[in-house]
Order: sequence, then C-alpha cells, then structure tokens
Amino acid sequence: MPEPQKTVTEHFVAPVLEDQGRAGIENQLDAKPSNLWRDAWKSLRKNPIFIISALLMLFVLFVVAFPGVFTSASPNSNCMLSNANGSPTDGHPLGFTNQGCDIYARVVHGARASVLVGFGATLGVLVLGVIVGGLAGFFGGWVDAIISRVMDIFFAIPLILGAIVLMSVPVMRQNAGIVTLAIVLTVFGWPQMARITRSAVLEVRHAEFITAARSLGMGKLSILFKHVLPNAAGPIIVIATISLGIFIVAEATLSFLGIGLPPSMLSWGHDISAAQPQLRTNPEALLWPSLMLSVTVLSFMMLGDALRDALDPKGRTQ
Amino acid sequence: MAWYLIRRILQMIPVFFGAIFIVYFLMFATSGDPTAALCGDRGCTDATKAALEAQYNLDQPFIVQFLLYLKGVFTLDLGKNFSGRPILSVIADTFPNTVKLAIIAVIFEAIFGVLLGLIAGLRKGTWYDSGLLFFSLILISIPVFVLGFVSQFVFGIKLGWTSPTVGSGAPLTDLLLPGMVLGGISLAYVLRLTRNSVAETRDADHVRTATAKGLSRRRVINVHVLRNSMIPVVTFLGADLGALMGGAIVTERIFNINGIGNQLYRAINLGDGAMVVSLVTLIVIVFVLANLLVDLLYAVLDPRIRYA
Repeated sequence: MPEPQKTVTEHFVAPVLEDQGRAGIENQLDAKPSNLWRDAWKSLRKNPIFIISALLMLFVLFVVAFPGVFTSASPNSNCMLSNANGSPTDGHPLGFTNQGCDIYARVVHGARASVLVGFGATLGVLVLGVIVGGLAGFFGGWVDAIISRVMDIFFAIPLILGAIVLMSVPVMRQNAGIVTLAIVLTVFGWPQMARITRSAVLEVRHAEFITAARSLGMGKLSILFKHVLPNAAGPIIVIATISLGIFIVAEATLSFLGIGLPPSMLSWGHDISAAQPQLRTNPEALLWPSLMLSVTVLSFMMLGDALRDALDPKGRTQ
Repeated sequence: MAWYLIRRILQMIPVFFGAIFIVYFLMFATSGDPTAALCGDRGCTDATKAALEAQYNLDQPFIVQFLLYLKGVFTLDLGKNFSGRPILSVIADTFPNTVKLAIIAVIFEAIFGVLLGLIAGLRKGTWYDSGLLFFSLILISIPVFVLGFVSQFVFGIKLGWTSPTVGSGAPLTDLLLPGMVLGGISLAYVLRLTRNSVAETRDADHVRTATAKGLSRRRVINVHVLRNSMIPVVTFLGADLGALMGGAIVTERIFNINGIGNQLYRAINLGDGAMVVSLVTLIVIVFVLANLLVDLLYAVLDPRIRYA
C-alpha cells in the first residue's frame, strides 16, 4: 500500500497526490491481463465435461491417425466366408460380419473416412461461412440483403435432403469420395456458420475500438480480419465443433443410404447398412460400429457444449 | 400486423423459388440425358425419347422448362412419374402417413421434452440437472438410423412390444415407435430449451412475488414459470413439425413407412427427376409455411415483439 500523502516529483506542472484509486488501477495493470481466452481456459480446465470430451476426441483422432496400433488385422483382406457371422474368438474380440470380416478391425479402420469428411466439411464451412457472414455483417446494406436472402434459400433445404440431391448428380456420384462429400456438405451446411458470424460481427461493428481503428486510417478489409473477426471467434469455434459432430453423422447417414462414400471405402455407415439384414441373427455387426459412431459424435458435441459455456455465455439458450 | 404479414410473405417468395430452382437445376440440367435412367442399359428408342422429351418439356431451353414446371406447380398439374402414375396422386397417398408420423414425433417430444426440461430447470445446478443435460447430449449424438435400428431390435424383435415394421395403411399403433425415434433428437433440444428458459424464469422478480404472496408451489410453477417459459419452446416445436416432415427419409426407410421420404429415396435412386423435384417442392413449401406460422405465433405469444 502506498502512503496516502506521497508526492510524485516527476510531474512538471504541479505535484499530484497519488490517490488510492489510481494506485489500485496500477496494481491491476501489473497483474497478468485478463482476457476472454485466458478466462475461458481457466474455467475449461476445471470442467470435467471438457476434460473427458477432449481426451475422448484425442483418442478418436489417434485411432484415425494410427489404426495399426489397435489392430494388426486387415479390415478387408482377411475376410473368410467360413467365419460368416461368427462369435468372438481369440484375436477377434467382437466377432465377424456377414462376409466373415473381423468386426473389430473394421470398426477401428472405419473411423478414418467419417472423421476426415467431418473435418473437411467443417473446414469448408468455416472458410465459406465466416467470409460470407463476415462480409454481410460488416458491410451491411445491399451486400447484407443479398447474402441474407441466399442464406434463407439454403436454409429451406434440409442438410441431408440437399446432400442427397447433389450427390445424385452424375458428376458427383462418379467422383464420390472424401473430398466430394466434404464439398457437398459444405454447400448445404454453410448458412448456419454464416448466420452466427454475421450476428457476431454486427455486435462488435460499432464498438469503439473499431471506430478507433478506422480513424487511424485502417482499410475496411484489414479492420474486418484483424479486429472484427477475432472478436467474433468465440461463437464461431463453438458452432464449428458442433458442426463436426453433425457432419460425421451426415456422412454416416449418406453412406448408410448408399449415396455417400463409394462401397469400396470403409465407413461405419456402410457397415451399419450391410449389417441391417442380419439384425435378428447377428446384431453385434450393427451395434459395434453404431456405438463407435455415437461415441465419436458425442465427444464433439460434449466439447462444443463445454466450449459454449466458456466462450459464448449468451449462446447457452440454444 | 398486416404489414408484418405482408413483409414476411414477400420474404418467402425468393426462398420458395430459389430452393425449387436449385433442386430443379441439379436434377435436370446437370445430367446429360434425364430420360436415360428410365430405359436402362439398352437405351430408349427415338420415338419413346421424343415422347418423353415432349412430356417433360425437355425439348425446350432450360429456363422455359423451369417456368413450365412452375406453372405446373401452381395449377397442381405435376405430371407423371416414371411408372406413369400422376405425381399428385402419389403425394396424396403417401403424404398423410408422413404427416401422421411427424405429428406423433412432435407430441412425443413436446410432452417428454417439456417435462424433463422442467425438472432440470427447477433443480438447476443439481445432479438431476447435470444428469438430464448429459442425457440430452447423448440423445443428440446418436444418429437417427442407429436409434432406429436399436429400438427396432430391442422393442420390435427382442421384447416384441410392437411390430418392427409398419404395415400397410400405417396404423397409429405401428407408427408409435418410429414417431418416437424421429422425435428423439428434437426431444433433446426441447429439453435444453425448456431447461434454460425455466431456470431463467425461476429467478425472475414476478416469480418471487408470486411465491411471497403465498401462492402454492404448483400454481407458481404452472402459471408463472411454465407459461412464461413456453414461448421459445412452442416456436421450436412449430418449426420442427415442418422440418420433421422433410427429415423423415431415414426413419421411413428403416420402418418401411410408405411416406414421402421413402418415395423421395426411391425416386432419387431411379433417377426420376420429375418426382424428386415435386417432392422437394412439397417439403420446401411445408418448411417455409411452418416457419411463417411460427413467426406469427411468436408475435401473438410475446406482445413485446413489434411488427415494425
């Protein structure tokens, strides 16, 4: 505590009494600056939901990157029809599919396609949605009017429905693969991200630090990318995490309907679809990929929920 | 109110035409020969092809085709599908089943979602609350087809409580389980919406006043908490009814329900463009109208919303 009567000699005009309030502010400035990210990290570290979901997500990503660590069995080449619908045996802990393939190996290797499509589509939606939504919110006027109407149009077509129609176009069907599917999901998935970005940008557009940046002569676009978008990042990150889960479900649904990834590619959706006729006799072939799919999606949904509590307190009502 | 209504309807128009145009474009302009799918590997004879092109206006430039199709939509003359049935009669046969399914789903999610959300919201911060929120997360994470197969296996096959698939005519008892599956994910959203809304209203001043003047807990909850928390929930349910009618493709496939989702899936696999576009048009109309109704409902329920 400084002494109340202390005078400061560096001042040129007149001695100024350093009062208690000013000293308080300076004390605060000495401490580590508090900002959204530091606060968020502080509360996330103590949130068990965040820790569990983050570990779960890292585990899923590890399986995607190194499936060989978990199983040495190949998902396709060791299929023996004599093992068809077989019960678990040594080295094949989950039994066999209708084609005599090792369910465990297929479940492990099936993670890759779904998760890659999810990440690809999320990346696409982030780029497209943030740019389009950012432009609409920042420039307003007729730019906003046009973008908002286009958004409304895409909102009226449900994600799965639009993806089915687009995937049935011959060019798309012939080139079906991870990239194509990610593009298709981006085309019908971006409006959600654009809407969130637009409203987040609208909120900070008239903040004083934006006026300050403008009066310092900064260009409109550099203000948008350097000052406006970073301040809108919280809700964008939350929606991106949740979108990841939604896109993984969408990939599995499309593959399940036979219109997603080509049959030669391993996907949980394909395996669930293939196991459907044997639901009465061999439910395990359907239940294990279903379980892994649901747990993967759950990890992203939980993560999104935890991030929302930390980064976007206003968005909780959704 | 009238101006608000007119403005909302004007906003609907580009959405309606834009969405139909996108689907029409994808079905008719991107494939080299829209009639090829009908004749299979042998190809159509020239006479058949010419007749088909005249029937679907394929001999006209694309934009004229589209305008002629729109004229058909407004005069309720949707033409015939690949098997020669008038599309309108297919819709008349199958749409009621989808509507029944969607209504069951919405009633299910409304009852259980509000009930569980009320429990969680009134006990905010307790284990009830955390448990129910976690339950809702699990429900959101399970894809519809997984939920469908597991409940079909457990309730239809193992326990035998209900028929695993839906018979002809889609009797209500058969539709109960598919309806619950369809409403499952939305139930989680209704739960969370109600929970947040109730938790907020619970601490409001007027609720404290109501408690302080000695009203019973039941009356406070029913009249002062629940009624004021219901506005976002009611609007969500309205929009969801529209969304579920279009989103029932997977559920209808699993339970073999003869609804528009199932018809749409078949039409896409057959490459039956006219049928696909008509069904998607129907889904878009339902979706857009449901959202319009919800906006109006919102304005009626919440007097604070101005129509400016």
